[in-house]
Amino acid sequence: MANIRAGGALALIGALALTGCSGAADASGDSGSIAIVGYSVLEEANQGVEKAFGETAGGTDVSFSESYGASGDQSRSVQAGQKADEVHLSLEPDVTRLVDAGLVDANWKDNATKGVCTDSIVVLVVRKGNPKNVTTWADLTKPGIQIVTPDPSSSGSAKWNLLAAYGSVIANGGDDATAQSYISAFFDNVVALPASGRQATSTFTGGKGDVLLSYENEAILARQSGSDFDYVVPDSSLLIENSCALLKRHSDAAAKWLDFQKGAAGQKLYAATGYRPLPSVTNEVGDVSVVGAMDPATPFPAVATLLTVEKDFGGWDAANKKYFDADEGILTKIQSAAGF
Amino acid sequence: MVLLASARPATRPGRTSSRNGGRSRPLTRPAALGLGIAMGWFSLLVLIPLAAVVVKAAGGGWGTFRDVLTDPGTLAALRFTLGTAVIVTLVNAVMGTLIAWVLVRDRFPGKALLGIVIDIPFAMPTVVAGLVLLALYGNGGPLGVDVSGTRPGVVLAIAFVTLPFVVRAVQPVLTSLERDVEEAAASLGASRTTTVRRIILPALIPAITAGASLSFARAISEYGSVVLISMNARGVGVVSTETYRYIEGGNTAAAAALAVVLLVIALVATVALDVLQRRAARRD
Amino acid sequence: MLRVIVLGYLFLLVIWPTAYLLRATFADGFTSLAATLADPDIVHALTLTVQVAALAVAINLVFGLGISLLLVRYDFAGKRLLSWLIDLPLAASPVVVGLALLLVYSPAYGWFGPALRSAGIEVAFATPGIVMATCFVALPLIIREVVPVLAELGDDQEQAARSLGASGWQTFCRITLPGIRWALAYGIVLSLARALGEFGAVKVVSGHVIGQTATATISVESAYQNNHIDQAYAIAFLLVFAAVLCLIVVAVLHRQDAREKG
Repeated sequence: MANIRAGGALALIGALALTGCSGAADASGDSGSIAIVGYSVLEEANQGVEKAFGETAGGTDVSFSESYGASGDQSRSVQAGQKADEVHLSLEPDVTRLVDAGLVDANWKDNATKGVCTDSIVVLVVRKGNPKNVTTWADLTKPGIQIVTPDPSSSGSAKWNLLAAYGSVIANGGDDATAQSYISAFFDNVVALPASGRQATSTFTGGKGDVLLSYENEAILARQSGSDFDYVVPDSSLLIENSCALLKRHSDAAAKWLDFQKGAAGQKLYAATGYRPLPSVTNEVGDVSVVGAMDPATPFPAVATLLTVEKDFGGWDAANKKYFDADEGILTKIQSAAGF
Repeated sequence: MVLLASARPATRPGRTSSRNGGRSRPLTRPAALGLGIAMGWFSLLVLIPLAAVVVKAAGGGWGTFRDVLTDPGTLAALRFTLGTAVIVTLVNAVMGTLIAWVLVRDRFPGKALLGIVIDIPFAMPTVVAGLVLLALYGNGGPLGVDVSGTRPGVVLAIAFVTLPFVVRAVQPVLTSLERDVEEAAASLGASRTTTVRRIILPALIPAITAGASLSFARAISEYGSVVLISMNARGVGVVSTETYRYIEGGNTAAAAALAVVLLVIALVATVALDVLQRRAARRD
Repeated sequence: MLRVIVLGYLFLLVIWPTAYLLRATFADGFTSLAATLADPDIVHALTLTVQVAALAVAINLVFGLGISLLLVRYDFAGKRLLSWLIDLPLAASPVVVGLALLLVYSPAYGWFGPALRSAGIEVAFATPGIVMATCFVALPLIIREVVPVLAELGDDQEQAARSLGASGWQTFCRITLPGIRWALAYGIVLSLARALGEFGAVKVVSGHVIGQTATATISVESAYQNNHIDQAYAIAFLLVFAAVLCLIVVAVLHRQDAREKG
């Protein structure tokens, strides 16, 4: 009896090993394939761009293998050994992690777009018709307003949101102390702090809260797929710059794909799913009409005061440490004081 | 009509079944080989990975454990998780026994279907359970009640996923309980309550504790459905979501420490219930 | 009265939510199911889930039977400790399971991962990793069903068979197996249900590459978050339906068997 069991066990281990040879994602080295590890919203957005890429010279006979999820999770997976040719993540620190792990070149930002593939801004998503009349950042701290925003300790989207909120006070002439008491009042109104931007959107669509802080492109895409809400472009906002980088070991096709993403053709297709075209090609892209935008004819209204992490917060490395450090971060401390 | 599983008492593995006439004997050579292979697989799958978690936690020294256990958010989550697990396990102990009673002793059309209903929480992926419970008992649900982002919501989700454990442990014991003892007691003038208290319940205690042990373990580790209903609202975080936060924040050692704390608690609960059950059985 | 309480509890907790799932799936008749099954990525996810579940159940079956026999019929040092440890996977949240498996099998920093990768064996971020995560979470289920029955049965018949010259394998097949077959069947079905529905641990360990390592439950979450709600419910329904079907089959077969026995 034991012999049969032993044989069975060995056979199973053998079977496992065999499946191992066929189950892994295909990547790196095979010039005709591109393995993308991206953050969640890209799943829909990349479809059109990949198809168009396939019709270009550099993209013929190229197959894509894609994985999408929360930006931090994805970054961590690649760090843990998931194979990828390109990572396209929500914010820079998620790529920096891979540089530190030796998987991405330290000079990944040395290019025309500074390592950015897609742009958007932070917007205030409200119920249809904006019944509570939320139009400014100050409105968020009014009594009775319920805010939904993702959790900064696990979501990249959340960090953009909070920095935008903080920056709105500074942009209006406030000092750090005022900004911090604003954030305190902000957190008092938060009713849900889901783990990721996508979960926050689902939570809001499910009926929770009066205001959701989100990416503009996420709001537009949700409206395209039938979600029934409006969004407000506030007078001050933060430019969301999603980072993309090739891994040290990547396929030839991946390099061509990266260039295509950043080019006018690629950016025009990203615009169709709500992203703001990169500054380097805005003129080439020209005017676009975007279904799902509040005003499809003018989908990307100018923001009166557009902040960037680079100019107004000292770059992501400094900002991450100053505001979001697990123990000493300014915003982290306010968050735990508020009970989250 | 017995639907599922032949009648048997829910004993814990490892208990020498002297009551049932079986003897356990020392290992023969083929059995030892089998044990070696089984332990090899068990190590590769469970023991070594869990050891890696312990090592990761220990890497930060006692300091990590101290920091994790004194962090107010984590402490609140720990207290809430354990409190909920205890409450739900107690509810399951009672409701599970009642459900098993109705399943075994009652008669009505459609009772066979009820057996399947009990097992649905096993059949439903946790993420689906969360979605469905949210749709019914969350914002905009048909009953007008909204437990999303509240503590009762989490209790609801956990009650759902742990429902089958006690029922399925008690049901076969109840089925195999010999009626003649009850009838003798009744003919001697014992009231129904006394019969239940003195004869039936003691026979069910081992099964109830076995089911409760599983229910508790599952309750403290539930993630998928809870994360959806709790929405991480203020004061509604559980340990599994806290662990996730530590990982996302890059503090793997703290996550590992929290995981070790929870596993130790589960182990203690299992052992305690096992000892309790054995002591109760010895009194027979 | 008791019946009312029990039925009411079960209705609010289980029956109504399940009915809701059915209603949400079939709101437009079969169109959402048809559309879902026409999507090649989803079909792949479902196929992968079934393959992984079958493999995981098979492995757990061999392991579970072996451990059950060892725990009940033999004495050895550390037997009680082993029986306590067997239940540990139930107490580990999916986050912890994923973390634990990655700490050992990550090709970048795991204890065994890098060595395995250089030997050409991919565990994490490939199918074996998914199988292992699924085995992990379903591990105790078969054992917990079989052990009490084995204990109750006693080994008199087995001893008798052996003294009459039957080999170990013959004893197992002819005496032990028939005695435990319903507990075993039920344990298999429970393991299958658990394996089909596993989400958290697989999500961490698999890398969920669409069309390659994404399982059905991951597709459910992805569909829900991309606002394809009906697709999410359709996939969910298929998973629940498969598990419930197995449960019903076992229940019916068992009832027939009990009826035949008189």
